[in-house]
Amino acid sequence: MDPQNKVNLPELAKRIRQHCVRMTGKANASHVGGSLSAADLLAAIYGRALRYDPRRPDWTDRDRFIMSKGHACSALYAVLAESGYFPVERLESFYQNGSPFAGHVMHKNVPGVELSTGSLGHGLPVATGMAIAAKRDGRPSRIFCLISDGECDEGSVWEAALFAPHHKLDNLIVLIDYNKIQSLGAVKDVIDLDPLADKWRAFGWAVREMDGHDMPSVEEAVMQVPYEVGRPTCIVAHTIKGKGVSFMENKLLWHYRAPLGEDMTKALAELEQLK
Amino acid sequence: MRTAFINELFALAKQDPRIVLIVGDLGFGVVTPFMEHLPAQFLNAGVAEQNMTGMAAGMALSGKIALTYSIANFPTLRCLEQVRNDVCYHNANVKVVSVGGGFTYGAMGATHHAVEDLAVMRALPGLLVVAPGDPIEARAATRAIIEYTGPCYVRLGKAGEPIVHPSTINFELGKAIHIREGRDATLISIGGILQNTVRAAERLAKEGIETRVLSMHTLKPLDVEAVLAAARETEAIFTIEEHSILGGLGTAVAEVLAEVEGIKAPLKRIGVPPAFSPHIGSQEYMLQSHGLTDEAITLTVAQTLRIVTSGRAV
Repeated sequence: MDPQNKVNLPELAKRIRQHCVRMTGKANASHVGGSLSAADLLAAIYGRALRYDPRRPDWTDRDRFIMSKGHACSALYAVLAESGYFPVERLESFYQNGSPFAGHVMHKNVPGVELSTGSLGHGLPVATGMAIAAKRDGRPSRIFCLISDGECDEGSVWEAALFAPHHKLDNLIVLIDYNKIQSLGAVKDVIDLDPLADKWRAFGWAVREMDGHDMPSVEEAVMQVPYEVGRPTCIVAHTIKGKGVSFMENKLLWHYRAPLGEDMTKALAELEQLK
Repeated sequence: MRTAFINELFALAKQDPRIVLIVGDLGFGVVTPFMEHLPAQFLNAGVAEQNMTGMAAGMALSGKIALTYSIANFPTLRCLEQVRNDVCYHNANVKVVSVGGGFTYGAMGATHHAVEDLAVMRALPGLLVVAPGDPIEARAATRAIIEYTGPCYVRLGKAGEPIVHPSTINFELGKAIHIREGRDATLISIGGILQNTVRAAERLAKEGIETRVLSMHTLKPLDVEAVLAAARETEAIFTIEEHSILGGLGTAVAEVLAEVEGIKAPLKRIGVPPAFSPHIGSQEYMLQSHGLTDEAITLTVAQTLRIVTSGRAV
């Protein structure tokens, strides 16, 4: 990424959303809601914070991004294409027979994907290993890891949450896409996470909470890490499942339903109006 | 074996800063010199095997040779999906090391009986599965898995096992070690039960039964050629393992024999029944109660061969 050539973040987020709707609609695939909720975070990470070079996906000193909520893969594939890792036309093969673009994040034959995910609770431990390796090797790499709220039910998340502050991994950043809806209902009804930010604070993380769709706040949050030397960063982003498409917003149904036919047309029309 | 492993690893790690040993808060007294002398290459993950294994994958994907180390079923079954997805699927250069395979911790209870690990680990794509038979093999295996780039599982016994190999060995991953020659039967052993297997072969020889003994230290990839040669050149095959007869060495050998054309060799799997042990006890006691002492192995082999021979006579 060339920091001199600043991308327009709302514009990038809008394109990610459009890709997500087209990809999941064409594929008749689930998980558009949780992809839309993460779009602004991904735009800010790839558009501002992450140091990467799409021509050298294996550059040793690159920052790494781990998409631990692997079901929101359409958003990751979209931002990777928009960031120059591969042509956007390749997104059309999403979910198709023989395609590398699977319904969860898969690294094989997809340049820029650091880790295959899909079973929740795997990303943060791996990111933690990458962070400690960078520290010990004296490399400047920072590791960003996006997790979902439902994913916080997994014990492995909290194993890493305990470990990282103890080892002062201030090159590790976890972002929580707190859209308040998980597979079978509202997070507060399934297993209430609140006060979520306080939990991470208590574990020793430097925590910031913001509206995950207010781009200036998100941009500032990802640009200013670490907030404290010697502490890993936790960004609790309050988001809306299905954000950007009125009839998807805050609807559990859109964890599963694919935007087909008229739904896709309406969704794309709404997204086109986004500024 | 544990001592041979850690000493060899310590020596290798001094030469290669990429080597990182990650323990799951276990290894008191064993890993101490490593921890004290190579702190930058040591990490205690705490009692958190999922994070330990995920971190190992992350470190390996950042250029390290990462070893996870714990006992019994903790570094394998507790974090099985991390081994499968994070380590194997990414072909990460992680070596999962378990101390206390089989009934090493027999008196500690069923939680500590590690007798399904080989079966489960063998099923994971891309994972080498190694279980050395004595300290000499353990030392050689340690060097071999570090030289090999890719995921491995290593099952070790405890400390203080006898040395079975009288001299230096030619250790190669995936190649069985030929310990003894005989034509009446082949005894194929994996892991720490090797000594009892060799002793059984000696007892059988006294009864006039000459056996070939193979130390099959690598379960995956299996030395198929050695199995086929045993089937062609000897009268019967016995697999001996301190492990369930379901899914481990016996199963792996049976798979080879079932699909090969033109060779018929009777196979008897000597191991642990696929059930929780109804009792606990010392390793010696547990081996005794599961028919895995050298006397019991001798008896099983002799009796089975009698049946095989009489069957042929008819």
